[in-house]
Amino acid sequence: MKKFMLDLIVKENKQLNNQYSLLILTSNDDLPEMLPGQFAEVRVDDSPNTFLRRPISINFVDYTTNELWLLVQIVGDGTRKMCSLKPGEILNLILPLGNSFSLPENKTDQLLLIGGGVGTAPMLYWASYLKNKGFEDITVLLGGRSIDNLLQLEDFAQYAKVITTTEDATHGEKGFVTQHSALQTEKFSAIYTCGPTPMMKAVAAYATEKNIFCEVSLENTMACGIGACLCCVTDTKKGHVCVCTEGPVFNITKLKW
Amino acid sequence: MVDLSVKLGKLQLKNPVMTASGTFGYGTEYCDFIDISRIGGIIVKGTTLRRREGNPYPRMAETPSGMLNAVGLQNKGVDYFIEKINPVIKDIDTNFLVNVSGSTVDDYVITAEKINELDNIPGIELNISCPNVKEGGMAFGTSCPSAASVVREVRKVYKKELMVKLSPNVTNIVDIAQVVEAEGADSISLINTLLGMAVDAEKRKPVLSTITGGLSGPAVKPVALRMVWQVAQVVKVPVVGMGGIMNATDAIEFLLAGASAVQIGTANFIDPTVTVKVIEGIEEYLKRHNFSSVQDIIGALEV
Repeated sequence: MKKFMLDLIVKENKQLNNQYSLLILTSNDDLPEMLPGQFAEVRVDDSPNTFLRRPISINFVDYTTNELWLLVQIVGDGTRKMCSLKPGEILNLILPLGNSFSLPENKTDQLLLIGGGVGTAPMLYWASYLKNKGFEDITVLLGGRSIDNLLQLEDFAQYAKVITTTEDATHGEKGFVTQHSALQTEKFSAIYTCGPTPMMKAVAAYATEKNIFCEVSLENTMACGIGACLCCVTDTKKGHVCVCTEGPVFNITKLKW
Repeated sequence: MVDLSVKLGKLQLKNPVMTASGTFGYGTEYCDFIDISRIGGIIVKGTTLRRREGNPYPRMAETPSGMLNAVGLQNKGVDYFIEKINPVIKDIDTNFLVNVSGSTVDDYVITAEKINELDNIPGIELNISCPNVKEGGMAFGTSCPSAASVVREVRKVYKKELMVKLSPNVTNIVDIAQVVEAEGADSISLINTLLGMAVDAEKRKPVLSTITGGLSGPAVKPVALRMVWQVAQVVKVPVVGMGGIMNATDAIEFLLAGASAVQIGTANFIDPTVTVKVIEGIEEYLKRHNFSSVQDIIGALEV
């Protein structure tokens, strides 16, 4: 897919809570095609400690309203600056980058999308995409430390059955996503996950044990995002490969997990 | 019209802007953003005789006005370049130079010999300055005898433009530059990255898997300018300056300090169109100051 460097306009900055913002971006031109699982490299200006772009998952794309959504967690100065953007301000992005989740084979497949923390970001676009493609049996399992870490529950509910876990029992079942009862009672045919590495590794172990197709979306630190710097590599059975070009989505059978 | 062309040893460049090895892939990574044939020269990713996996992740740390990398010359080897990459780039109208690295003098020599056979590759950049490999690399570039031996042996087999890339991690870079020139280098490029380190205080661990790595970006620019200035004062061969160039003004500073051409590295990660912007910015500067040729500002620093 052709990559673009674009100046997008901040249409809205919704503060979801003190840690997360949803940036709704638009453009005077039609947004390019983007696929679920892909990401953007966002330039952060006027932040003295931020030198490189920030890789941010594509949270949602609405071509009818010409909107691109980015879900941003405040981690450091760069993301804090992004979360303080005001409507009308310009954000420079390189997109779409990386590969995408694989479309399941059968419309009746029982699909499970698991997101942890800000790792839920790519799952919203993926859930909507699957629903629009005619997949009916979609479950989204979101996990977080507390209810404040569960994001966009109402948006997800438009496309999927939503179940949750929190470590402090403030929402859904208590514990980690891999401890959710649905993993014992349901027979999923494919699992897609993004979130903290320990969570994704636990999900991958579950999928391997049950022999379920499983894709993970990695969030390695990056510089260029286009396969030039070779900084974001993950170790695969083929050797070191760039997460930005060969990923961020990997089938777990390719990783040395 | 201003004349942007420069002569660089045996090379003729359409403009003095090149890309630094390891920051521009094989050039094709940037084709969605710019017409890469507008660039004066493209130095492709560090290439070794045999495939290298590079260092484990994490290999990169963002630092104030710069970044550390410890990629460790990950590449698929010179034969892969010859078979898979060269056919793709050979018709692109710019100078492609291959950055050559090795663990032994023999590695450098064999790799250079193989590239000498490629009609469309007019030169190599001999990397005696990579700080991220245990053996070879920077070890060759930090002592005069070893720098001399590798340049001497490669010069025997390599007939085209031989650019030698120097390490800043030395006591006196002028000594190394003079030795390299004496052994037959056609041009000298500098600086490679400065050896640095980043610490994660919360985890009480180094950020990089290799503990140390190479610092690049605007943070190193004053050091790079000083070294380019010092080397350009004493060598007769052309000097190619690099280190933290983010825009045309930075590039012009290097030209004024005595560089005949510049390489843009880390800036490509932040703005994939930066090379073209720098070319246009140099042209605009020359017009504004009524210079007819970029040659007029090379080494034109008034001190």
